[in-house]
Amino acid sequence: MHQEYTVVEGDFVNAGTASSSVKKTLKQLGVNPQIIKRVVVALYEAEVNAIAHAYGGKVLVDIEADKINMVVADKGPGIPDIAQAMQEGYSTARPEVRDMGFGAGMGLPNMQKNVDKLNVTSEVGVGTTVEMEVMFN
Amino acid sequence: MTLREIVTKLNATVYLGEERLDEEVTHAFASDLMSDVLTLKETPMLITGLCNVQTIRTCDMATLDIVVFVRNKKPTDDMIELAEDNDMVLVGTSYSMFKTCGLLFDAGVEPLY
Repeated sequence: MHQEYTVVEGDFVNAGTASSSVKKTLKQLGVNPQIIKRVVVALYEAEVNAIAHAYGGKVLVDIEADKINMVVADKGPGIPDIAQAMQEGYSTARPEVRDMGFGAGMGLPNMQKNVDKLNVTSEVGVGTTVEMEVMFN
Repeated sequence: MTLREIVTKLNATVYLGEERLDEEVTHAFASDLMSDVLTLKETPMLITGLCNVQTIRTCDMATLDIVVFVRNKKPTDDMIELAEDNDMVLVGTSYSMFKTCGLLFDAGVEPLY
């Protein structure tokens, strides 16, 4: 099953729309609630990042019998040093992002904790792509 | 402690979930930082001063379904609608975060960590 969502820059009100929809789908498919939580927390963090840091992007979700693959690809400034961005507490978030309860430098580390595979690629001035995979069993 | 007792103790207003007030609450977590809430494995009652749609979305993702807003923060209609879709309880008190936590801790509601 393939799903696609569009992420709009600065559109915090709709941050989490993709994650909510994926949550409903996985519930309908009878996936273990603990696994669903891991999936949607990671996807939500990625969605918030794309809205907070980039100029919009796409969320691509592929659900198979035994796993889910999620790709959040944004057009944006990119991440110059991915290793640094993966460190807990490192943040470049603007004040308005912090006002929404985010921007504490916990997003990428939390994604890593919740997924089985995480791959972050980025090109400065072009954008960032976060690929995540979670197994259902 | 039941939600009804919590509402009484905090002199709180129930914005959503009146029908769930007889449920027991054993644990609470207090934070304005949604990133912190998203790291929780457990599902405690949330005490927060952050009152926007992301509070509700975060609770949805983190499977938290009881929220106490402190310092007179009132949820908007959009927030209540979204919370209703997720069968949540939304409560508001005029007390500060510190006072709210103190009263509930004293009454036996436990912390996670």
